[in-house]
This record gives sequence, C-alpha cells and structure tokens, in this order.
Amino acid sequence: MTSTTETVDTVHDLTGTYKYGFVTDIEMDVLPVGLSEETVRFISARKKEPDWLLDWRLKALALWKNMEEPTWGKVSYPAIDYQGLSYYAAPKSKTDGPKSLDEVDPDLLDAYEKLGIPLKEQEILAGVVAVDAVFDSVSVATTYKAKLEEKGVIFCSFSEAVQRVPELIKTYLGSVVPQGDNYFACLNSAVFSDGSFVYVPKGVRCPMELSTYFRINAQNTGQFERTLIIVEEGGYVSYLEGCTAPQRDENQLHAAVVELIALGDAEIKYSTVQNWYPGDAEGKGGIYNFVTKRGVCRGKRSKISWTQVETGSAVTWKYPSCILQGDDSVGEFYSVAITNNAQQADTGTKMIHIGKNTRSTIVSKGIAAGRSDNTYRGLVRVLPGAEGARNYSQCDSLLIGDRCGAHTVPYIESRMPIATIEHEATTARISDDQLFLCRQRGLKPEEAVALIVNGFCKEVLQNLPMEFAVEAQKLVGISLEGSVG
Amino acid sequence: MSKGLIVTDLRVSVEGKEILKGVSLVVEPGKVHAIMGPNGSGKSTLAHVISGRPGYTVTGGSVMFDGVDVLELEPEDRAALGIFLAFQYPVEIPGVTNTTFLKTALNAQRKARGEKELDPMGFLKVLREKAKALHLPDDMLKRPLNVGFSGGEKKRNEMLQMAVLTPKLAILDETDSGLDIDALRIVAEGVNAQRSPERSFLVITHYQRLLDYIVPDVVHVLAYGRIAETGGPDLARQLEKTGYADYTGSAA
Ligand SMILES: Nc1ncnc2c1ncn2[C@@H]1O[C@H](COP(=O)(O)OP(=O)(O)OP(=O)(O)O)[C@@H](O)[C@H]1O
Ligand SMILES: [Mg+2]
Repeated sequence: MTSTTETVDTVHDLTGTYKYGFVTDIEMDVLPVGLSEETVRFISARKKEPDWLLDWRLKALALWKNMEEPTWGKVSYPAIDYQGLSYYAAPKSKTDGPKSLDEVDPDLLDAYEKLGIPLKEQEILAGVVAVDAVFDSVSVATTYKAKLEEKGVIFCSFSEAVQRVPELIKTYLGSVVPQGDNYFACLNSAVFSDGSFVYVPKGVRCPMELSTYFRINAQNTGQFERTLIIVEEGGYVSYLEGCTAPQRDENQLHAAVVELIALGDAEIKYSTVQNWYPGDAEGKGGIYNFVTKRGVCRGKRSKISWTQVETGSAVTWKYPSCILQGDDSVGEFYSVAITNNAQQADTGTKMIHIGKNTRSTIVSKGIAAGRSDNTYRGLVRVLPGAEGARNYSQCDSLLIGDRCGAHTVPYIESRMPIATIEHEATTARISDDQLFLCRQRGLKPEEAVALIVNGFCKEVLQNLPMEFAVEAQKLVGISLEGSVG
Repeated sequence: MSKGLIVTDLRVSVEGKEILKGVSLVVEPGKVHAIMGPNGSGKSTLAHVISGRPGYTVTGGSVMFDGVDVLELEPEDRAALGIFLAFQYPVEIPGVTNTTFLKTALNAQRKARGEKELDPMGFLKVLREKAKALHLPDDMLKRPLNVGFSGGEKKRNEMLQMAVLTPKLAILDETDSGLDIDALRIVAEGVNAQRSPERSFLVITHYQRLLDYIVPDVVHVLAYGRIAETGGPDLARQLEKTGYADYTGSAA
C-alpha cells in the first residue's frame, strides 16, 4: 500500500500536465515499418514459435486483409496507416534475459521508478503482488515465480508459455476471441508480440494478486499484447493490469486481446487501471486503445468479474465481456471511464447469457469533462435456453462543465421472455453549490472535483484490490486536473 | 493589524441588481454578533461574500479578517484562514462519507497552514467525541454527506463540521431553521462550547429563541441591503414584538 501511495506522489512531482511523460533511452531492436507475411514470420521466428502458431498468425493476417476497420463507435480519429507502423520492438537482452532484478537494465528500472512502480519496492511487498513486468513487448523481469509454482500456478510471459505449455496454448488460444472476431483482434492475432499467461490448476486459490504493468515505450510501435488466463475447476485468481505511457506527439496504436477461461466453480477477477497518455489539451498525440477483452464462464457456477478504471488514452474502444455458458455462472462488469480535454471513450460490456440461471451485473460510471465524449455501450443478450437469466445494469454519467458529452447506449436482446433484465441510467452534473461547499471547507477546486468524482465512482473503486484502489483514487483526481476553475 | 472581522461599506450586486448597499460592521475576536432582518434583505448574500462564493460582484467597500483583505482570496484560502460558513441549505455529496469529507477538509486546511496531516485514528476519535456531543449517531459519520439526512440532521451536521474545523470566524446562516426544540438546544450548546476569546460568531437568524440560548453581544438588523439598526440582546426581543415594519427601503 505504501508503495502505491508513493507511486502516485512520485509521479505527481515529476512533470507538467501528463505525469508519466518521459522516454527511456534503451537500446531497441525495432523491426522496420510495414506489415506483411514477412513481418509475421519475423516475429514468430524471433520467438522461436512452433509451426502451428506461425500458421495461426498467418491465417489471421489473411483474414485481416479482407476486413474493414469498424466505424460504429462514437469515436473519431485520423486514419491509421497500418503500413507505417513497426510491429516489433524488444529491449536488447545481453544474455538470455535477467535472472533477478539486479540483472535488469538500470535505465529500465529507472523508468519504472519514474512511473512509481519500483520493482525493488515490489520485492519488499513480497507475498502481496507478483509482477510480471512487460516493457514494450517483451517480459524482462518476473518475480515471485517460485512461490506461485509451488502451488502449480503458472504466471509468465506469453512467449515463455508457448515454449513451456504449448498444449495449453494450442487448446485455448483464440478459443474465446477467434482470429476473425473483429478488425483489431484479428490484427493482434497476426502480430502479437507478447503478453501474459496465467494457469491456475484445479482447486487452487492463487496465493497472491497477479499484476502486470504494461508500458508502451518505442515510438511508432503498435502494441499488440496477448493475455490468456485459464482457471481450472474450483480455482481462483485475481489479476491486475495497469499501464502508463511516455509522452510523445505521434499517436500510438494499441490493440490488445485478453482471453479468460473459467471452468466449473472457478473464479477470475480481472482489474485494470488504464492510464496511457491521453494526448494534450487539444487532443494532439495520445494512445489509440482498441482492446478486445472477453471471458467465458465455461463451467457451472463459474464467475468472471471485470473491474476497469479507464482514465487515459486519446481514444478508447473497449468492451470487456462475459460469455455465461455454464449454468448458474456469474458475470460482472464494474467500470469507471473518465474523459477530459479532447479524449473519447466508447466502452461498455457484453453479457451473453447461454446457461440456465446465469446472472450478470453491470455498473458503469462515466465521467466527462472538457470537450470530451464518453459513451457507455452495452449489450445484454439472453439466448434461448437461458432460463432464469437475470441482468442488472446501472449506468451513471457525471458531467463536468458544459462542453462535454455523455451517452448511454444499452442494447438488450432477449430470446427468453421470462428473463429478468433491469436497466437504470442517470446523468448528473457537479453543481456549483457542491464545489463551493468543498472550497468553503478548504479544498482546492481540483481536490473538490477529485473528492466528488471519487464519491460518484465508489461502487466501482471499492471492487478493486486494496493497493490498486488507493492508486486509482488518486488517478481519478490527476486525470481531471484542469477540468474546473 | 486589527483582529476580527471588519466589513466596511460593502456593496454587492447580483446580475446587475444591487443587494448590499453599503454594509459596515466590526466583529471583534471572542464576540457573537447576531444578524436579523426580513427575507431577501441580503443576509445570506453577506455570508456568501465574506466566504467567497462565486457569482457576486463586489462593487465597493472591503472585508478584512485578522488584517487580511479576504476579498482577494480564493474561498479555500479564506477557509484556511479560519472562516467557516454553516450553510442555510446544505448540499449533498453522494458517495462521499461524512468522515471522508471532514478528514479531507481538515487535512486540506492544515496543509494550507503548513501544519502536519492528522493521523487517521486520532482524527476518528475526535470526530466521534464531537458527534456524540451533538447527539449525532455514529452511523451518520459513515453515510454520504447530507444524503438522506433530515433537515435537522443536516443543520446539526454543519455544527459538527464547525466543531471539527475549529474556525476563527463562524458564520451560521439560519442554522436554527428547521430544528426541533431539543435540537435547537443541542446546537446552541455546541456553539456556546466553542465560544472563546479567539473565536467570533456571526449568527444569522429569524428567531429570538435561538438568542435566548446563544446570547449575542451585538444584534444587527439588516434591511434592504443596509444595517438599519444595531443594539444589544434587547433589540432582538423588541423585534419579536414589532417586526420589521419600522425599516423601509428608503432608510438612508
Ligand atoms: N443568484 C441570484 N440571482 C438573482 N438574485 C439573487 C441571487 N442571489 C440572491 N439574490 C437576491 O438577493 C436578495 C437577497 O438574498 P439573500 O439570500 O441574501 O436574502 P436573505 O436575507 O438571506 O433572505 P432569507 O431570510 O430569506 O434567507 C434576494 O432578493 C434574492 O432574490
Ligand atoms: Mg438567507
């Protein structure tokens, strides 16, 4: 906890508007720009992948070439030149990758330190959080592996998993998000560089929160992370994902794919704090964040819970979803999405009820300030046979100022007349009276906004693991700086 | 440098309409001044301008507190200086508990004054004691600020905030309105307990009854944007009988 508090303080002291804006000078191994079969072959070879995986990537590339970029989101951005991006960048490893933190490039550690995620400090927190730190595309430091492996939990980079447990990868890769699912997921399938892999065996409760900090560093390098989490019967894992990016002028594309598989009685809790560079006040720069996250509750009584705090990126396009296949399975989506200045977010969830007595809960809090646009887009689909399915959705919007927009777009498709679906939506504004009350009691305008917005988001933030919740609360304040006064 | 509150010939307009037309008043440290006056005469306006609520245009005069020109300060800086306003209509802040709100406020003020933040446990202890003195049950400390509070509870909660923030100047804008007889006594006791040689009060009220409990040093009548009369506690009793008929808009 102390480390995360310090994290934010450190970060706060560092720079001007965007607190995480810096570029680390590390020798990079960058592929020239362009996307072709060769690119895919290069990446696959670099990672010494088996042939089947190369074929899988090539198939994705072929599919992608015939797909169109989606335009239905309430976001607009200049056309992305996919041939103008480089699809691979890795920190140069001297040997075969570091065995301990001491072997990690000091510049890299320094970069994390600036972000307020000092690995040294994480070590002190032993037993609380295991960090599989991803720098650009390749994992460079993994801690606490031993402790996890004692329990049979595998937590490693995706590339490592391909070598260690190829059968699991072969079985589950693309089983939740198929290659051709959507434009961005398909691109990811062709060129994904690395990511995280988690496997929790039958009946095992993962003894600690698993945490990965993603970070984008190389200029012009699209980020294509791939995460796969498999929890066997009766297992449990809580996974935290957090990310920041250095400041730069060029827009950066990020198209990640996350697949979760929960078997019978298994539970996966997936928490995200997303704080990539949002661009400047005019909307210049910033990350394009097109993410596909989906989990399947494959077994009976399984549960998948998504909690996200989205404060960064210039454009966010993201719908963490649950396929509730097993009877009595449960899906949850708790979201805070904050947009300020010229940011655009189109985010929400899909709950697909297939099994009997499946239940889903959606709580979405959208906060819009500046000239930003904030859209909740959610789908609740109840398929035939999903007897006793229930959904409860609550979508609240909070507006700060009068130049921003908040939109709620709920789609409900029920093939089961007896399903119970409740949807509530509210829109509120921070009132001058609330602001004055806070200031009269001694708070600065930005502190007042942070306090009021944190109150508004409370239901969601309290779902985050403790150490994350503290950081997220502060982030809420930081991301809304300059929105009043 | 003069201590206390000194308002000199204060003129204030709202949307082009002059509300305060030259108000002067001096509240010395340790004194309790009551302000009475008809509806719409500008009592809340005066309270708001002293505490810095946006939306008012000061067209003339000055407000000094402990030698500082407060009209130059942001509202939060006035709060750190020790100016507190108990609102006539307290607003709700959903999701923010009473405790969190007060802790954040107190720490913000302490930080602005260059003092150390309070340790959370010590703060809780103080908060509970003060809540108890105001007969506010513990569970109200955990509830979101003013959300679902009854009218009387909101007013007592304003007094809790005052007790915790220990201001040097407390302005009570009709804190007695909406209180039942017992609550009125509790609130008055709370105020009396806070009376000290360093602390001044500006008590805005419509009712003599409050002033039976909180005996003021000075009573002002604010009518039509001016201090129409100033006297001792007797003035309040007299007003109870005569009303404000004697004060007209044409008074010089
Ligand atoms: N924002 C505003 N816009 C327009 N008129 C305003 C505004 N604020 C105050 N006024 C006017 O200023 C006058 C004084 O209002 P104020 O609230 O100060 O009166 P008051 O003495 O506190 O009355 P009460 O006893 O009813 O509380 C009233 O006529 C009111 O309508
Ligand atoms: Mg009033």
